[in-house]
Amino acid sequence: MGEGKLTRIPDDDVLGRAAAWRREGRDVALATVIGTWGSSPRPVGSQLAVDGTGAFVGSVSGGCIEGAVVREALAAIGDGRQRTLEFGVSNEQAWEVGLACGGTVRVYVERLT
Amino acid sequence: MRRDDLDRVQAVRAAGRPVAIATWLAGGRQVVWEPAMAGLDTAVVAEIERAVDDDVSRTVTVGGEEIFLHVFSPPLRLIVVGAVHIAQPLARMAVLAGYGVTLVDPRRSFADAQRFPDVTVSTDWPDDALETLAPDRRTAVVTLTHDPKIDDPALAVALRSPAFYIGALGSRRTHANRLQRLGALGFDAGAMARIHGPVGLDIGALSPAEIALSIMAQITQVRRLAKAACEAA
Repeated sequence: MGEGKLTRIPDDDVLGRAAAWRREGRDVALATVIGTWGSSPRPVGSQLAVDGTGAFVGSVSGGCIEGAVVREALAAIGDGRQRTLEFGVSNEQAWEVGLACGGTVRVYVERLT
Repeated sequence: MRRDDLDRVQAVRAAGRPVAIATWLAGGRQVVWEPAMAGLDTAVVAEIERAVDDDVSRTVTVGGEEIFLHVFSPPLRLIVVGAVHIAQPLARMAVLAGYGVTLVDPRRSFADAQRFPDVTVSTDWPDDALETLAPDRRTAVVTLTHDPKIDDPALAVALRSPAFYIGALGSRRTHANRLQRLGALGFDAGAMARIHGPVGLDIGALSPAEIALSIMAQITQVRRLAKAACEAA
């Protein structure tokens, strides 16, 4: 197999980007979909990496909740605490960050130390 | 997450081995799991092994504690036999879909690596090449040459492997002849039913890119919809 046993990790690999950002000395938080109910755009395990300026790669939804997740990621960078977020139509913030598809998503947010 | 844990996960993934991260949601404790790892609660290990086997990340409850199990499986593999025109868009689409692609064609003039970026190219004879590549249940095999000398040996190895998808390009008539030849090699109808031929979903594809699309769609369909059936076989 030519180049030995090394497997190419896709360029859109969120963890790879997170690691690279951290090596550059940026603050980084990771958001991960840890549960979904009903229809949801991204499966469990989908990730978003956020740096200290709010720049992000990856996705945890079809774009419906990324804004709110980035805010929480910046908060996690600030206080160093992990948090578990839940988004869905029953959420009282539904107007702001609800999922158009009617599903529910649970997202774990943590700082990369 | 600690940076050294992240670096370890990336190193294991790059080596093509499965790895998982277990995160205790209350408190944030994290463990990087690899096969045969010692020193972790057996009930947690059992849950991780199940998730890895299912190739699914999920949140479980063990001893009243919620633990998120993030499974990173090695990439799916696609082995394409025949460096023909269709192989070019097929290889590119497969790479985009996250597959590690190996192209096999003993005809060196066809198997020019420059035509196939991001693809491992083998000019070994297909039976040798496929024996070495050892298709597993995360591997799809597609033959594209129409040439029995090249396609048949590859299909014979694929049929003896647990590959989750086997496809062979060719018309109904070509495929009927192919099944006769494989039957003469001792494969029964049940075994040969694993071969998708004519290959690809029937979407009226005409151009090489469209045919590649129909093949990639069928591989995805088998992977996502018939996964349980394939793994039970």
